[in-house]
Amino acid sequence: MTTGAGEEVVIETEGLTKRYGDVTAVDDLRLRIQEGEIYGLLGPNGSGKTTTILMLLGLTEPTAGSARVLGFDPVREPLKVKAKVGYLPDQVGFYDELTARENLAYIAKLNGLPRPEAERRLDEALERMGLADVADRPVGTYSRGMKQRLGLAELLLKRPRVIILDEPTLGLDPEAAREFLQTIRGLKAEGITVLLSSHLLHQVQQICDRVGLFHKGRKVLEGTVPELARRVLGGAYRVRVHAQSERDLRPALEGVAGVRAVIAQDGVYELEAERDVRPDVAEAVVRAGGKLLGLELEEPSLDDIYARYFERLEHQHQDEQAQEGEGVTARGGAR
Amino acid sequence: MAERVEARPRRAEREGSPWTGLWAVVAKEMADHLTSARMRFLELIILLTAVGTVYLALQELRRTEEFLYLALLTRSRDPLPAFVGFMGFLVPLIAIALGFDAINGEFNRRTLSRVLAQPIYRDALLLGKFLAGLFTLALVLTAIWLLVMGLGLLRLGVPPTGVEVARGLLYLLTTIAYGGVWLGLALTFSIVFRQPATAALSSIAVWLFVTVFWGMLVGLIVQGLTDDPVAQTRWGLALVRLSPNTLYSEASLALLHPTIESTLRIMGVITPLQLVQLQWAVPTPLPLSQSLMTIWPHLTGLIAATILLFALSYVLFQRQEIRA
Ligand SMILES: Nc1ncnc2c1ncn2[C@@H]1O[C@H](COP(=O)(O)OP(=O)(O)O)[C@@H](O)[C@H]1O
Ligand SMILES: [Mg+2]
Repeated sequence: MTTGAGEEVVIETEGLTKRYGDVTAVDDLRLRIQEGEIYGLLGPNGSGKTTTILMLLGLTEPTAGSARVLGFDPVREPLKVKAKVGYLPDQVGFYDELTARENLAYIAKLNGLPRPEAERRLDEALERMGLADVADRPVGTYSRGMKQRLGLAELLLKRPRVIILDEPTLGLDPEAAREFLQTIRGLKAEGITVLLSSHLLHQVQQICDRVGLFHKGRKVLEGTVPELARRVLGGAYRVRVHAQSERDLRPALEGVAGVRAVIAQDGVYELEAERDVRPDVAEAVVRAGGKLLGLELEEPSLDDIYARYFERLEHQHQDEQAQEGEGVTARGGAR
Repeated sequence: MAERVEARPRRAEREGSPWTGLWAVVAKEMADHLTSARMRFLELIILLTAVGTVYLALQELRRTEEFLYLALLTRSRDPLPAFVGFMGFLVPLIAIALGFDAINGEFNRRTLSRVLAQPIYRDALLLGKFLAGLFTLALVLTAIWLLVMGLGLLRLGVPPTGVEVARGLLYLLTTIAYGGVWLGLALTFSIVFRQPATAALSSIAVWLFVTVFWGMLVGLIVQGLTDDPVAQTRWGLALVRLSPNTLYSEASLALLHPTIESTLRIMGVITPLQLVQLQWAVPTPLPLSQSLMTIWPHLTGLIAATILLFALSYVLFQRQEIRA
């Protein structure tokens, strides 16, 4: 596991639970996030990501359980937490009639930064996010992507040790989203720990060192993406072969050692294999008289992992029900 | 896990001052108020009102009167009400304009969670917004007050006496306290209602109710309560004073129209018979200390109502989920 993370745990929760009436938004959450890592809090809408984040910042009180952020209790010492943790809410908004500079100056003041220091950090942060040229324009004229970058500039003002980003790519076009994620990646290089939430699993999986997959308030899976792929997809490698040939190449491909299954479609073959079989596949195609046009190893996708995990649960669940017979009420959820 | 839950400290034990960042909020909000088109417009209206009413009052004045400067504020020429009369409804309007979108405006702009993610408590944000509104109101009213005094000085050619200045200042203070009540109400509604328009309309509805309907309603209630006319008067007075408008107009009257008659009327001890008996006393002006004693309950009443409304908004805001 190469997360490049330090040893120190900067965010930890124990039995963290939040209930709104009958709805359990976050259920018995145990979380350990190490210094310097990028952790993805992932799951569909309504799975409790935002609620978790709000509890970490002391912006909403847990129903049960406890949390520690940088060693501080967010319930009792929220000011200490918020002084060192930058938070970018989902769909962040600014005072539209004020300029970017004025918006940030207000935040600097709320952080108690003295004037000259605030000015310095402000220029630095705006420069860094590529907003220096437009810093004196009202934020109302900004695009969504610019606002998001301004949000990040704001976080940098307090020289945070941890930043928490809620759905940071929401509303951005794919290109802007990619760029934004790269910027976040850059912050990690400075030793800032990043906790980000998203329901767009494939979009953020690239930059997360570790992910926690949420479902209905519970963390159902956790680990690095390859780890999870091994666990859930059974260590499957997916190889996509694009080849031209008179004959069907399927038998030849199935003959390659390590290949478990082949799905053919319009000259494109999807292989499921136990290892990276690309060299052998190339050879097999050529030997069978085909022309190799493309050969690539597909990254395991978190969406697949997530979907497959629940498929399996569903099967298990049905099996259990079948075994237990009728008259037994269905037990829901993971576990 | 159970003992963890119990061990979790209550909100009261949270660390750090609740007022961290208060002045940053006050400064930002005041700057907003003073530059907003909404406030510019209201300032213009209040300015025109002040100049107009004072100009008319000047024409009605006799130079021989005792309290020239107080008459400036209270004298009217039909069909227009006097300066004090206009204040009775302009001040609530301004106060409501200063507060109705305080919190829901931040919600709708999605700035609330960003601001509260800074190392401040909600307390600082709410009190900061309230104080900024109050200071803005005080600033505007003081400016108008000075303008009226200045106009008087120009046209009357005699400076105000010490008593007039003192009474004028007390009137200013009362007016600010009166505005505080409406600011508190608007602030509360800005928390209760997500839509600023709803909050504004509700505030104005309450204002209409206490200004127009409450008096009529009290009349009906009192008649239902008792047949004794003296008791009816007592009850009526007590009920009608639940309205901040009553408190304000009575206090203004006592301060700016310092005769025993008006004072006794406010104290509710006057009956037509007594008025005849007291006829001899009417021209004698009341000393300031007496007026002050008369309006003391009114002033404290207005301030208490303001504090009560702020406390209500505080409780509501603390319990509110801040996510958009
Ligand atoms: N203020 C609230 N009152 C009642 N239920 C809420 C409230 N806030 C969130 N919830 C519920 O909590 C669950 C988790 O919400 P949230 O944390 O926002 O999920 P996510 O951020 O993963 O989309 C949802 O089912 C949501 O309906
Ligand atoms: Mg969310």
